[in-house]
Amino acid sequence: MTAGATDSRTAVPAVVADDRRRWFRGQAFWLVAPALLLLVVCLGLPLAIVTLRSFSEPQWGLQNYAWFFGAPVNLTVLQRTFAISAWVTLVCLIAGYPYAYLMTAVGPKMRLILILCVLVPFWVSGVVRTLAWVILLQDSGVINSVIRAAGLGPVKLIRTQTGVVIGMAQVLLPFMILPLYSVMKTIDLRLMQAARSLGASPARAFAQVYLPLSLPGVYAGAIIVFILALGFYITPALLGGPRSTMLSTLIQNQVLSLLNWGRGGAMGVVLLIATFVLLALAAPLTRQPHKTGSRR
Amino acid sequence: MKQPSRILLGLFCLLVAVWLVAPTIVVVPMSFNDKKSLAFPPSGFSWQWYQNFFTNPEWSASLVGSLKVAVVTAVFATVIGTLAAFGLDRMKSRVSGVLRALLITPMVVPGVVLAVGIYAVYLDTQLVGTMTGFVLAHTMLAVPFVIIAVSASLEVFDKRLETAAASLGATRLTAFRTVTFPLIVPGILSGLLFAFVTSFDEIIVALFITSPYLKTLPVQIFSSITRDADPTVAAVGTLLFITTSLVIGAGLLIGSRQGKR
Repeated sequence: MTAGATDSRTAVPAVVADDRRRWFRGQAFWLVAPALLLLVVCLGLPLAIVTLRSFSEPQWGLQNYAWFFGAPVNLTVLQRTFAISAWVTLVCLIAGYPYAYLMTAVGPKMRLILILCVLVPFWVSGVVRTLAWVILLQDSGVINSVIRAAGLGPVKLIRTQTGVVIGMAQVLLPFMILPLYSVMKTIDLRLMQAARSLGASPARAFAQVYLPLSLPGVYAGAIIVFILALGFYITPALLGGPRSTMLSTLIQNQVLSLLNWGRGGAMGVVLLIATFVLLALAAPLTRQPHKTGSRR
Repeated sequence: MKQPSRILLGLFCLLVAVWLVAPTIVVVPMSFNDKKSLAFPPSGFSWQWYQNFFTNPEWSASLVGSLKVAVVTAVFATVIGTLAAFGLDRMKSRVSGVLRALLITPMVVPGVVLAVGIYAVYLDTQLVGTMTGFVLAHTMLAVPFVIIAVSASLEVFDKRLETAAASLGATRLTAFRTVTFPLIVPGILSGLLFAFVTSFDEIIVALFITSPYLKTLPVQIFSSITRDADPTVAAVGTLLFITTSLVIGAGLLIGSRQGKR
């Protein structure tokens, strides 16, 4: 009978709420419609044209794809694009994980400073930041001055893959730290203490308790960094040399310099498919068992 | 945690923080260089690159172009994004989940692929180098940021407040105007800011659709960097850094005055 009483109590508001929701639902679509329309016109249409041209220019067929996968140069660049993205992701993870952890372990004032350091890179235009990396990495640059002062020979950084990875990882690091932090701040640190009190070594407590709980953040950060890195254009173009060309530069070159829309399109489609396949594969990994408000 | 490992962690994070911040800071001394060079350290002091930025029509025109595009984009993106966030909030969760994922896609589509496509469309519709063209593309790119910002504040917004307002006799419009809107204004404002920055900072699409008649600041910076070592770029970077610092500083000040939520 208690169950009956509860039912009758919730029944009335439930009907009202449901009615209200249904009433909103028809309108809800129209609220989203302008954004969808913009998406179709400015994203759907352009991507459709790129795809279409990859099959239709100069004539219908798969010739552009045959060319792309037939030329060793292209495959080298494709492989390099993935390799650079993987390195960038790894560097971001190694630098970002302890940093995000520290953000959860310090007091509010220190945390604000740490967050500001993460956000500062966003304050200055991305192009200017890349220029800064040119200044830092060049042969007569800051880093090489320090290395020389330490008595070591100059290291070639600019126009190398290492330079590209250093610059890209700095640009993408916030995208690793923020998801990591948003997951880590929900982890109860007392769980670690509990593990320790049950006899686990610090390393074991970390590996068996903390690390598994932080994995959704690791996956989320890694996938967003990797995907953004795949499509990077400006940083590799300015910091890299001919031997660190990435796919985006090849696409730009085909379309703007060679006016070969078909080949550029085919490369674009390959990059698009790689991006979305990765996203689809990673989606289940980033889901958290309990919902956490994603703060930015 | 034991003391030594704590210190090690602190040092490592300090290094990471330096790595994050250094590129932002390094442009400041470069901007006062007395020679037309980007070699570090600068050899002498001068204001000439700031002077060049404000007097050289190429630079000032690109700044004006960027500001125009970014302001119009921010307004459109905020309106469209806020409406969408409200719509998504009021849908069945399965439908809204799919739509939300769809609406966020501009953030992950590789920039150059998108730029090539937009360039193709604009060539056919004579939108290359036009204000309309820039605003359309940038609004599409900025809307996801607005949706995320507004959705975040809608998530913590207690919907019973609206019901309460309605039960006290407010019409839906009144309830929105006097209850919902004031509570989610911070979300809308941060969306507006994100949209502005997205447009102001956007380079890849801009590089493709730019023309001598309409150029944005990032495009001008990029062509300046690829052309020669011009410290004017460092001066621009410094000015942007100072401006953003002031805006964010003011925001923090207002935020702390209102008290933490």
